[in-house]
Amino acid sequence: MNKKRRMFVRMVLASLLRRRSRMIIALLAIVVGATILSGLGMIYYDVPRQMSAQFRSYGANIIFVPREGAEMSIEEINKGIGVFPSDKLEGYTPYRYENTKLNNLPVTLAGTEFSSVLRTSPYWHISGELPAGNGGCLVGKKLAEKFGLSAGDTISPLNSFEITDDIDISSIPESEIYEDPQTGEKFCDHSLDLKISGILETGGSEEDYIYVTLEDITDLMLNERGFDIVEVSVAASAKELKDYLDEINKNAVSLTAKPVKRVTASESTVLSKLESLVLIVTLVVLALTMICVATTMTAVITERRREIGLRKALGALDSSIVLEFLSEGLVLGAAGGIVGSILGYLFADIVSMNVFSSAITFRPLLLPVTIIASVIVTGLACLIPIRSAVDVDPALVLKGE
Amino acid sequence: MKLLELKNVTKRYGSLHALDSVSLSIDKGEWIAIMGPSGSGKSTMMNIISCMDKPTEGQVIFDGRDITKDSRKKLTEFHRDKIGLVFQQFHLINYLNAVENVMVAQYYHSMPDEKEALEALERVGLKDRARHLPSQLSGGEQQRVCIARALINSPELILADEPTGNLDEANENIVLDLFRQLHKEGTSLIVVTHDPEVGEVAQRIVRLEHGRIVSDKRNDSFSE
Repeated sequence: MNKKRRMFVRMVLASLLRRRSRMIIALLAIVVGATILSGLGMIYYDVPRQMSAQFRSYGANIIFVPREGAEMSIEEINKGIGVFPSDKLEGYTPYRYENTKLNNLPVTLAGTEFSSVLRTSPYWHISGELPAGNGGCLVGKKLAEKFGLSAGDTISPLNSFEITDDIDISSIPESEIYEDPQTGEKFCDHSLDLKISGILETGGSEEDYIYVTLEDITDLMLNERGFDIVEVSVAASAKELKDYLDEINKNAVSLTAKPVKRVTASESTVLSKLESLVLIVTLVVLALTMICVATTMTAVITERRREIGLRKALGALDSSIVLEFLSEGLVLGAAGGIVGSILGYLFADIVSMNVFSSAITFRPLLLPVTIIASVIVTGLACLIPIRSAVDVDPALVLKGE
Repeated sequence: MKLLELKNVTKRYGSLHALDSVSLSIDKGEWIAIMGPSGSGKSTMMNIISCMDKPTEGQVIFDGRDITKDSRKKLTEFHRDKIGLVFQQFHLINYLNAVENVMVAQYYHSMPDEKEALEALERVGLKDRARHLPSQLSGGEQQRVCIARALINSPELILADEPTGNLDEANENIVLDLFRQLHKEGTSLIVVTHDPEVGEVAQRIVRLEHGRIVSDKRNDSFSE
């Protein structure tokens, strides 16, 4: 670096460091702006992920149902599930529904996988616990109230059916088979003892069901058949979901994958509104920062009119004055941008922890973007006062007491 | 040999004649005091000579060159090469120390050189105060830094506007001694003052009143 450049750096640094009290005010204005800009930027980019995670608590957003007249094959279900990237797949749960009787009243039994049910239905509230395995069940709250049931009780849902020639009765105990003396038709009352491990509360139709394992429902119904529905929870945008569904439906013959419109539609609506809101707030903050920095820089430069006049009297050209003052502004902008981008990350993290209860995803690209934005905004904000500084008449400002 | 010549220089601000057809010739190495009451046109004359202002009419010929028609940029370049300025208010940059203040003049003129700047401060007796900020210097010391800054680029002319106006007697004497020394070395000096004691030490005294030169005479009591 030659002596002239060294002197230039020395003057700029001396102005920034030895006029700390003045510069701190300008720096603060830039830091506040950069902090909010970087913070809102992080939130803006993280909102879809955070909101998606939030929406997953409202349950599955995709269902697989059998095509008309077909049974969903396990192979196609697995293939369909394989379409979702593993980092986006929250979980999937199959269900088989059967009509049975309890105390001679009709009740619906749902066979499912308890190991995955809370991943697709995180809103389930269980008084007690999930069944540990076969022989246990969850009873919906409404049903429990209707039958006066509570956790720890044992129930015996009944599968009552007419025995036809196509039914294999070899595994049915003799005691469960009886014959209508008048018609000679044979019937079976097959039941299964199930211990209630918990009462299920959801506020929805689930409270009318009894949930058992898939093995138990097969035992009770004395047959195996395909699932009625598979609920899938995927953390993805509306567009990504559509792409996944298209891919699954293009190849599957036994099942149809559908979005749960209630969830996906409100998710994309809320997301787009939230993104717009954050974007508008970011732009407003950017404009306010620029005004704030411009005002501060105007004050800083105005109080240095005499110095500018002196520099001109010592032979400084207009271009030198612009370069010196703009450099000070740009160094301030860069310093404010660096500090602001770090504080912005902390700010976004605090907001995220308070609003979404999870940490913000650090986006390294936002750091240089914030610093560059801060430098550009400060540079632009400095231009107007510097323009007026160039017009300073040294003869006027250096004169007088 | 002529250094500077004002030919029928007039400066008008609206209907006010700050300078009214003033003609003045200054030789190289001459020490002139321009005296007069407030509003006599001293500052206007100084601004025109220092190229910080242009006359409404007339010519300013510096070193044989008519600078009246020069562009602002050319005037700035001309003035920084030829003229050193000393102010009543010192006008030091408050966040630069003494040696840096001197180096600023080098920076705009050619190439900053800390060694030379320190030598200039040594010449005005302030080498040991080189790293002090203006706020840590007395008025007399600040004015000496201002003089060191004015002479650092070896100008042909030093223009001093009320250089002792803010100084006590002791510091006034120090500054005048420095001027004597500069004059002895061949530097031309124009000192604008309303203080008779400062005027009396000059080689030639020009008196202004109402924008006109009312007297221009050699100082018989002048001594080197």
